[in-house]
Amino acid sequence: MNRRAAVLLAMLAAALILLPAVANSYVLSVATLILFFAYTGQAWNVMMGFAGQLSLGHSLYVGVAAYAAAGLFFHFGIGPWAGVWLAMLLCTALGAVIGFLAFRFGISGVYFALLTIAFAEFTRIGFDHIDWLGGPGGLFIKVEQREHMDLLDLRGPPQMFYYVMLALTAGAFALCAWLLRSRAGYYWQAIREDEQAAQALGINTFRWKMLAMVLSSALTALAGVFFAFYYNNLFPEQIFHISRSIEIILGPVIGGVGTLFGPILGAAVLTILADSITELLAALGIEIPGVKQVFYGVVLLAVVMFLPHGIWPTLARKLGLEGRD
Amino acid sequence: MALLEVEKVCKSFRGLRAVVDASFGVAEGSIVGLIGPNGAGKTTIFNVVAGVLVPDSGEIRFGGRRIDGLRPDQVCAAGIGRTFQLVRPFAGLSVLDNVIVGALKRAAGVPEARRHALEILEKLGLGARRDLPAAALTLPDRKRLEVARALATRPRLLLLDEVMAGLRPTECDQMVEVFREINRREGLTILLIEHVMRAVMALAQHIVVLHHGEIIARGTPEKVVRDPAVLECYLGEETEV
Amino acid sequence: MPIELVVNVVIAGVLTGLVYGLMALGLSVIFGVVRVVNFAHGEMMTIAMYATVVLFAALQLDPFLAVVPVAGLFFVFGTLLQAGVINPFITRPEHSQFMLLVAVAIIMVNGLLMVFGPDARNVQVDYQLESYAIGPILLDKARLYASAAAVAASAALFAFFKFTRAGKAIRACADNYLGAKVVGLDVKRYYALTFGLGSACVAVAGCMMILLVDVSPVLGPAYTLLAFVIVIVGGLGSMGGALLGGVLIGVSEALAGLFITPSAKSMFSFALLILVLLLRPQGLLGRKP
Repeated sequence: MNRRAAVLLAMLAAALILLPAVANSYVLSVATLILFFAYTGQAWNVMMGFAGQLSLGHSLYVGVAAYAAAGLFFHFGIGPWAGVWLAMLLCTALGAVIGFLAFRFGISGVYFALLTIAFAEFTRIGFDHIDWLGGPGGLFIKVEQREHMDLLDLRGPPQMFYYVMLALTAGAFALCAWLLRSRAGYYWQAIREDEQAAQALGINTFRWKMLAMVLSSALTALAGVFFAFYYNNLFPEQIFHISRSIEIILGPVIGGVGTLFGPILGAAVLTILADSITELLAALGIEIPGVKQVFYGVVLLAVVMFLPHGIWPTLARKLGLEGRD
Repeated sequence: MALLEVEKVCKSFRGLRAVVDASFGVAEGSIVGLIGPNGAGKTTIFNVVAGVLVPDSGEIRFGGRRIDGLRPDQVCAAGIGRTFQLVRPFAGLSVLDNVIVGALKRAAGVPEARRHALEILEKLGLGARRDLPAAALTLPDRKRLEVARALATRPRLLLLDEVMAGLRPTECDQMVEVFREINRREGLTILLIEHVMRAVMALAQHIVVLHHGEIIARGTPEKVVRDPAVLECYLGEETEV
Repeated sequence: MPIELVVNVVIAGVLTGLVYGLMALGLSVIFGVVRVVNFAHGEMMTIAMYATVVLFAALQLDPFLAVVPVAGLFFVFGTLLQAGVINPFITRPEHSQFMLLVAVAIIMVNGLLMVFGPDARNVQVDYQLESYAIGPILLDKARLYASAAAVAASAALFAFFKFTRAGKAIRACADNYLGAKVVGLDVKRYYALTFGLGSACVAVAGCMMILLVDVSPVLGPAYTLLAFVIVIVGGLGSMGGALLGGVLIGVSEALAGLFITPSAKSMFSFALLILVLLLRPQGLLGRKP
């Protein structure tokens, strides 16, 4: 990374850390949402951007993890720091199963995407019938207090949630930066570019694709646990829905698949613009359901058609952030 | 015992017999050419050796060990590198990163792979272009990159599939020199498919001729070039007037 | 469980399945020929259903008559969409195409939401309440007519591909893109034509479907997935497979609704999709890839 990029990164980090001191609760909630999508987008990016496997069913991991942690808390009073282990275990197992089935049977491309959708949809309908976890009516975690910070049970003020999400996002960013430069990063990108050529160079593509799959699902699980304790209510129809999966990929696709900053930039651009539009329309007295999503669709369409590599690569070039000093 | 032994290999595709009872050996440290008209089955043999295809019958032995049926990445691990007839660079990666991917096979980590990759790029004359995206290379450079990448895996045997196609005579001669050098200095064994006779005659110490999936001639370049069966399959039969 | 009930449910499933089959046929044609993953397929179906509702509300136009303008409109829309928007994406990586159509689908679904609101709409014609009785078998008139129309439309499409020059040209493009170009076929034009035909199929299916179920914007994604399940189960590239798959899904949904709970009926379809993808990806009647 060159000097200009390093300076900008430091400034961004400082801004993010100091934000709660200057922002009102609305801005803070938007910022937390941006970080949430930046994080899940980064987790998804490991599979798609690095290993080239298009998953359109990532809502499966968010949902399973959320319900696992929430279920433990609701029924047994077990806090999220313990619940997260079960969540990660379940999601890793799920990712491994789906990956194994797909890669062993040679399913790729659009068929792989459909497979991931099928698993998510199957689970969505399934959870509607699990009454122990609330069924279609939803699972609600009691919110006892919002004043003082109870990090152990993740009960507390919005600032606490913001910093938790910021820590997760920063951690994911660091992890992906490290991975990109490691053997895993090279091998994944080779597989993404040309799987057969990668095999000819001695890469066991099955093993590495599985690794990407499992890592991606495990990382997404953390987002699911956060989701459960931030929103405190879970409905199968919402959390497993395919729109959730699409929301997860919007950030990276718009920002730039396979890049480090793409998911974060994409999440920021999308959330800020979408919220601005909703605010604008509300101010004009127009409250039509669906406007925000149409906007998402239009942005996605524009990016896919005119900026196929996402916004970040072009932006980075313009700002002179590429290359070494 | 030859380094690579192909014994009675047969391969058919839905009734089309691509390779029939092919048997030949490649001695360690030698350069062997595999020639024949289009559709003779040469690339099929390569794909069988490289693990992309499984032979219907027959055996492939490398260094005495059977390798038929192994996956392509296992074949590479055993010590065989290959290039593709239509070059397949990792277009989104830089030239250097392309070769690093190959070098990682034998290197302990990325720094070591990087050093080795840089060495190989210099050897093939691509050092100056190492940070360019692979997609930006000209065809001759892409061919060099393909070879560099395969060499980075430190193979004992290198399979070259029509590497000279599309190169101008001077570029072809440069490539020939590179292979001669590596063969002489490091003892790399080379099996090459070629149509460009200039390269075959300059490089190959031994030639195997394939026609309709069967081996019809073998021997030194001088002998093979005069073999009537070979002339017939390339030039067609003489017609009565 | 009385056997008559099961038989009637199965028959209803078959008839509905034929309409599903027509919808899937449109996708099979598009996916099989142009190789575009039309992720907006279900949304197009939903738009057709709404169009029929609007025509019925405004002009009292029976869905069987509305088929003509709606299908025509969709044909034009489909050709324009392919030629104008999708065509440059033929050579782009798969996930790019996918994203493009996901974007189109999002715009469609939420556009419908904006225009019509989330509540369900339907048409109400007399024959929806009547049925033919053959002994203990009850055949709903609306379902019977709808499935007949679906079969007729499928047959027409089949005849088009088998007997007309354009149809054969399209099949050539599907079998061998490069070869077709070499031979001089205007592949781009045929792709547009194919997408138009596929869209027209979906339109007819939608006009028929509104006789059987209510429409709301959220049906879009559900139908898209259903269409893919059917096409994959029935076999890509096989027109008969699309209809067969449709009937299979229609019957299994009906039976699942009867024996398990109605809300779980889609689970069965997804489980079937997973199994087919793993064990027999070419589907029941498809060619092995």
